[in-house]
Amino acid sequence: MTSNLVTKPKHTDPTPPEADAVSETPPRDAVRPPRKPHLEASRRGGRKVEKAKVSVRGLNFFYGEKQALMDNTLDIAEGKVTAFIGPSGCGKSTHIRTYNRMYDLYKGQRAEGEILMDGVNILSPEISSLELRHRIGMIFQKPTPFPMSVFDNVAYGLRLRGNMPKSELEGRVEQALKDAALWDQVQDDLHKPGTDLSGGQQQRLCIARAIAVEPEVILMDEPCSALDPIATGKIEELIEEFRGRYTVVIVTHNMQQAARVSDYTAFFYIGKLVEFGDTDTIFTNPRKQQTEDYITGRFG
Amino acid sequence: MAPNQAHTSRKFDEEMSDLKSRVLSLGGLVEKAIDSAMMALLNTDNEMAELTIDRDKAINALEVQCDDMTRSILVRRQPAAGDLRFIISAIKVVTDLERMGDLAAGIAEGSLRLGEMPDGPKSSLSAMSDLVKQQVSRALDALSRGDIDLAMEVIEKDNAVDEMYHATYRELLTYMIENPRRISAYIILSNIAKNLERIGDHATNLCEMVIYIIRAHDIRHVDHEAAAALLKEE
Repeated sequence: MTSNLVTKPKHTDPTPPEADAVSETPPRDAVRPPRKPHLEASRRGGRKVEKAKVSVRGLNFFYGEKQALMDNTLDIAEGKVTAFIGPSGCGKSTHIRTYNRMYDLYKGQRAEGEILMDGVNILSPEISSLELRHRIGMIFQKPTPFPMSVFDNVAYGLRLRGNMPKSELEGRVEQALKDAALWDQVQDDLHKPGTDLSGGQQQRLCIARAIAVEPEVILMDEPCSALDPIATGKIEELIEEFRGRYTVVIVTHNMQQAARVSDYTAFFYIGKLVEFGDTDTIFTNPRKQQTEDYITGRFG
Repeated sequence: MAPNQAHTSRKFDEEMSDLKSRVLSLGGLVEKAIDSAMMALLNTDNEMAELTIDRDKAINALEVQCDDMTRSILVRRQPAAGDLRFIISAIKVVTDLERMGDLAAGIAEGSLRLGEMPDGPKSSLSAMSDLVKQQVSRALDALSRGDIDLAMEVIEKDNAVDEMYHATYRELLTYMIENPRRISAYIILSNIAKNLERIGDHATNLCEMVIYIIRAHDIRHVDHEAAAALLKEE
């Protein structure tokens, strides 16, 4: 629409126009000028990320005989938020759990393919899973505070890493609680049990525990599904703060949440990565019919 | 409009199809308004002109209704992808349609002021209004069926409307020079021609939204060849 068409009079003005009336050509504002090509806007939306923190290549996953992930390949952008969406059982949680080798804890579960973090395959047995879980923190659906004080919860991972002067330990616990937006509420009760906190506070305590060890990647598996909208809003606000500092991957059933918080979105269906792209494109113009059907609420 | 499958929520499907048919019936009222405004003008039928002006109220009311429905769907459903593009387009399309209604009412008002219609420019104005009515009706068909080929045809045909407007304008100037006593009448007629030309522009806006709904390409302000190439690409 050209600007001269935006300000059109409501009705034909029957009073004679001034000088225009006797010129050889129609009034200048009558006909839209030729259109100029600028196609960038309609070609937005790439599937490539700027800089990959984690590169997943041909990832397969098995629960015993049952294959749960089929040939997943995607890049997780450094310092960005990537959301995984898809119906229950689509493999999004299974996928996220391979990043810190949670499956190591269970017999019969195995992953094939490569997960390269900064170019190193973290599926390789040479990488220690303890070290890996320091670099890749995880938040679960239900808050999982340990049965110990607020302070000890946050200090837990730091103590695992070895001795640290008390003053430094206290400083890092305080910083982690501040970064998790929990400090103001717990600073006078650091020695009360973590389990005494409200659900939303417990979840932020778990986030403080995860970030205390300064991980590079934070995985969040349905972090808000047990929380009310206000507590959810606070977690989303934290995710916003983390952008740029950490690489965040969030699994969510709440598509509006994925749309709100993420830069990139991946849609999974029955173990396959159906579509990956920047979040705006996925939610306005997905390329695959399956993605469109899922995000518009047409899934059987 | 793009996906064929129904929503899990049947109510959502109903709301979307209600909105669509409401928008199309607004389009129907607009077509009727253009038709009756031009009949009033060409036949110097003041009663018909008054009726056209009066019917514009119904168009305005329907615009408000459509906007209410759109707002409700946005709030309740948080539409995404094709649904979202349709909702965004519905908001714009009803604005275009309402403006077309205003322009038609403007033609009827011009007809009342004009009094007797001079014979000279009758055939040009009548031909121009035939083409514009065809453009509007094809634009509404394209919207109704989600037909992007038809939408592109309408967009391309807008040049013909523009040319017709120029020709009519020059013709009216000649009449003014020949018959200076009736200059004010010819100026009214030239404004009416301009209204028709603008109705044609709104019809192309509708078609641009059809392409946005179906293909997600925003081809406003993109030249015809580039837009056609873009659509062929996929």
